[in-house]
Amino acid sequence: MSAAEFAAGGQADARDIEVEAKAIFGFWVYLMTDCVLFAGLFATYAVLRDNTFGGPAGYQIFNMPEVLVETLVLLMSSFTCGLGVLAARGNRKAQVLGWFAATFVLGLVFLSIEVTDFHSLVTHGSSWTRSGFLSAYFTLVGTHGLHITIGLLWMAVLAVRIRKTGLTRGNVRRLTLLSLFWHFLDLVWIFIFTIVYLMGAARV
Amino acid sequence: MSDHAGPSILPAETRSASLRGYIFGFAGSIVLTVAAYLLVVGHASTNGVLVSALVLLALVQFALQLVFFLHLNMTTQQKWRLYMLGAMVIVVLVIVIGSLWIMGNLNARMTPAQEQQYMSAQGGL
Repeated sequence: MSAAEFAAGGQADARDIEVEAKAIFGFWVYLMTDCVLFAGLFATYAVLRDNTFGGPAGYQIFNMPEVLVETLVLLMSSFTCGLGVLAARGNRKAQVLGWFAATFVLGLVFLSIEVTDFHSLVTHGSSWTRSGFLSAYFTLVGTHGLHITIGLLWMAVLAVRIRKTGLTRGNVRRLTLLSLFWHFLDLVWIFIFTIVYLMGAARV
Repeated sequence: MSDHAGPSILPAETRSASLRGYIFGFAGSIVLTVAAYLLVVGHASTNGVLVSALVLLALVQFALQLVFFLHLNMTTQQKWRLYMLGAMVIVVLVIVIGSLWIMGNLNARMTPAQEQQYMSAQGGL
C-alpha cells in the first residue's frame, strides 16, 4: 500500500524535502517570535490585573460556561485542522476540503462568541478605556482574536487554491504551515484560558 | 522547487499512527481543560494549591499539544525547532517574571502620599 502510494506520485526528490523542511523551520521561527509578542501582552495583563480603577474585576465580567464552550470549540477546530493535514498527506482532496471547512466553521463560531462578548462588555460600559485591567484584557484577548481572523482568511484563500489547483506539493506545504499556525493559536489560548479566565474567575 | 509534483504522501501506517496521536492529544486536552474548569467552578481547594494545579494542568496540555498536534520530537530534523522553543521559553520567562518583579517593586515603593496625589490627578476612583 505504502509503496504503491509512493509510486503514485509521492516520490519527493531531496531538494523538495529540503525546501519543505526549511519552510517549516522558518515558519516555526516566526511562531516563536509571535510567542514573545504574546509574552509582552501576558506580562502587561499580569501587572495590570488588579488595577480595576473602580470598574469591574475579571470575576464580575467573565461568563465561564461560555468561555468553556469557546475553549472546546477552538480545541475541536485544532483537531479537525490536524485531520485535514493528515488527509492531505494521504492525497484525499475531498476530505481535506471537508476537514478544513469544519475547522473554518468552528473558528468562526469561536470568533463570533468572542466578538459578541466584547460587544456586550463595551455596551455595558466595560470597554478598554475603563481601567488598566480592561485595557490589558482587551489587548491580550483581542490580539489572539486578530490572529484567529487572519488564520480564517488564510484558510479561505488556501481552500480556493486547493479547489482550483489540487493538492500540489506547494499547496500541501502551505496547508502544513497553516496547521502549525492554527495549533499554535490553540497553544496560546491554553494560557489565556488559564491565566485570564480561570485565575480571574477564581480570584487568585 | 516544482509546484506541480505530487504531494508529499505519507505511508498508511505512519498516517494511522499520526491519527492515533491526534485523537490522544484531543481527548487528553479535553480532559485537562474540563478538569481545570471544574477545579475553579467547584472552588475545590485553597488559593495556593489551586494556582499550582491550574498551572500544572496548563503546562501538561501545552506539552501534549506540542507533541501530538505540532509534532515536536527529539529527531535530528526537529532539533532546531526544539532549540528555538527553548530560547523562546527563556525570553518569555524573562519578560513575564521581570515585568512582574519590577512593577511589583515599584508598586511597593510608592508612598501613600504619592498614591493619593496620583489618584487625585486622575480624577479619583
